[in-house]
Amino acid sequence: MEPLVNTEKVAEFRSSRVNLTLVKNRLFQFVVFIWFSVFALLIIYPIIWLALSGLKSNSDFFLNTWSLPKEWLWSNYKAAWDAGIGKFFLNSVLVTLVSVMAVLLLGSMAAFGLSRFHFKGQNLVLVLILSGLMLAPQVSLIPLFKLLQGLGLYNTYWALILPYVAFQLPFAIFLMRSYFLSIPRELEESAIIDGCNSWKVYWHIIIPMGKPIIASCALLAGMNVWNEFMFALVFVEDSALRTIPVGLMNLRSQLNTNFGIQLAGLAISALPMIIAYILFQKQFVRGLSAGSVKG
Amino acid sequence: MRFACPFLEGEDMTRTFRNSRTALLFILPALLLILMFVFLPIVLNLYNSLFRWNSFEVGRAFVGLEYYGRLFKDPIFFTALKNNSLYAVISLLFQVGGGLVIAAILEDKLIRRFQPFFRTVFFIPSVVSIAVVGLLWQLLYNPEVGLVNGAMKAIGQSEWARSWLGDSEVAIYAVVAVSQWQYTGYMAMLFILAMQKIPYEYYEASMIDGASKIKTFLFITLPQIKEMILVGTVITVIGAFKVFDEVYIMTNGGPGRSTEVLGTMLYRAAFRNDEMGYASTIGTVIFVITLTLSLVQLKLGKSGQEV
Repeated sequence: MEPLVNTEKVAEFRSSRVNLTLVKNRLFQFVVFIWFSVFALLIIYPIIWLALSGLKSNSDFFLNTWSLPKEWLWSNYKAAWDAGIGKFFLNSVLVTLVSVMAVLLLGSMAAFGLSRFHFKGQNLVLVLILSGLMLAPQVSLIPLFKLLQGLGLYNTYWALILPYVAFQLPFAIFLMRSYFLSIPRELEESAIIDGCNSWKVYWHIIIPMGKPIIASCALLAGMNVWNEFMFALVFVEDSALRTIPVGLMNLRSQLNTNFGIQLAGLAISALPMIIAYILFQKQFVRGLSAGSVKG
Repeated sequence: MRFACPFLEGEDMTRTFRNSRTALLFILPALLLILMFVFLPIVLNLYNSLFRWNSFEVGRAFVGLEYYGRLFKDPIFFTALKNNSLYAVISLLFQVGGGLVIAAILEDKLIRRFQPFFRTVFFIPSVVSIAVVGLLWQLLYNPEVGLVNGAMKAIGQSEWARSWLGDSEVAIYAVVAVSQWQYTGYMAMLFILAMQKIPYEYYEASMIDGASKIKTFLFITLPQIKEMILVGTVITVIGAFKVFDEVYIMTNGGPGRSTEVLGTMLYRAAFRNDEMGYASTIGTVIFVITLTLSLVQLKLGKSGQEV
């Protein structure tokens, strides 16, 4: 007698369905992989091309745009460094370091004050600081230019550092404040009972506990300062004080025919940020993640 | 037990051990810097826009709203507004729209093992300075040596080859395209981070219901990250109205004035033509636009309630 349900057939039907989904999944993976690899190539190729072309002689650059360098001219990088990139690079390092240190110190202090105290007008101060996040630097460009002239700071490192710090602080305070709010209070309470004052609580408890977010702030602020262009273009006139992004513009007009050296200069200025990003991806992503929630 | 109720204890401690004077000491240095270098300039800008003045002479003449009248009759101002709007629309399409699709695909469980590689690569251009990116793309667009024309020839479409930045019809699109290249991966990263906060149970439920990938994306992923989409949209549109570096570096507003944006127009008025008052009115326009957009975000989003 025939069974009511043909179990063999059901099993066959099932496995063919399973096979079908498997094939569909594989196909989906394959298509996406190819599609995204093309994307990835479009994105990364210009950067690789930049680094490689920086190693070419000028004739090699013109004749063999696509191929690897015939002769790997590391001397281009040296030449770019000597043509001014070296000086600009050191200026950038100095301005970035000082600005980031100031942002971290003043920002963490303000975040501590805003997360651990209750006082009249606290919300007003917070809203004031956070609304600094929304303002376009273009609006401040001309008044700042006059203000810095008035203060006698125009065309000094301070003409860059002070505005950079002021413009990076709101975001840093925003990130650090939300992080500090999540640090449990028990530790400080016992410290206060042991007779610690607020400064000691800040320095010995909040700062060590807040290290992860401080690292994220350092990276994001550092990246913004290192890459900033408009203020650097307007607030500093002397080419000896220029930072890298504006310095590269100088180099373009100076070396307008030597593409190899120009590209080497571009590569030198892009490299620190790419390396920092790849090494400290976790901190970068944490900062973005914490900062993006509420913009 | 001393810490039986830490929260209440904490409140109590705060009142007894710390006062507002100490708090202000911690906040004041940052606050003063922000007031002086971020807020004061905005007020000064409004004031400056009412005078005729330049950077060398001491005196200034009150002109009232004359410059605003002139601005709204200036055809370049409308070119700039059009270009900024074009920037906004294209960026919304590519960075927010495209970023969402990329993020959703990279979050798919079949693709997730490739995610670390792709998201890292897609994000890289956004950590490089716009100056480097602008100068690099200027070379890539170069009609003689650039890769862009080379690529057109390689795929057999040499009639598409042109002087991308030298042709006033296409130059603005060429500049906008560079920003899409640079920032789409950044937006995708923000969306990925938001999607990772969606509880997994939601997806399980939709899987049991047999919902397709597209439906899951439309009815679960999108509603769950709508706050991030709003933030992304506002960042992108504000960014489009703040754009300066890439235009200044690649075309400096040219050819003609075809790629002028508000930022380059302000810079030209202030530091080329030395009409500081007129430049300040452009600053005011940028201020009003960005402020309005931020207020829209606060109004629509929950962002305001948190702070």
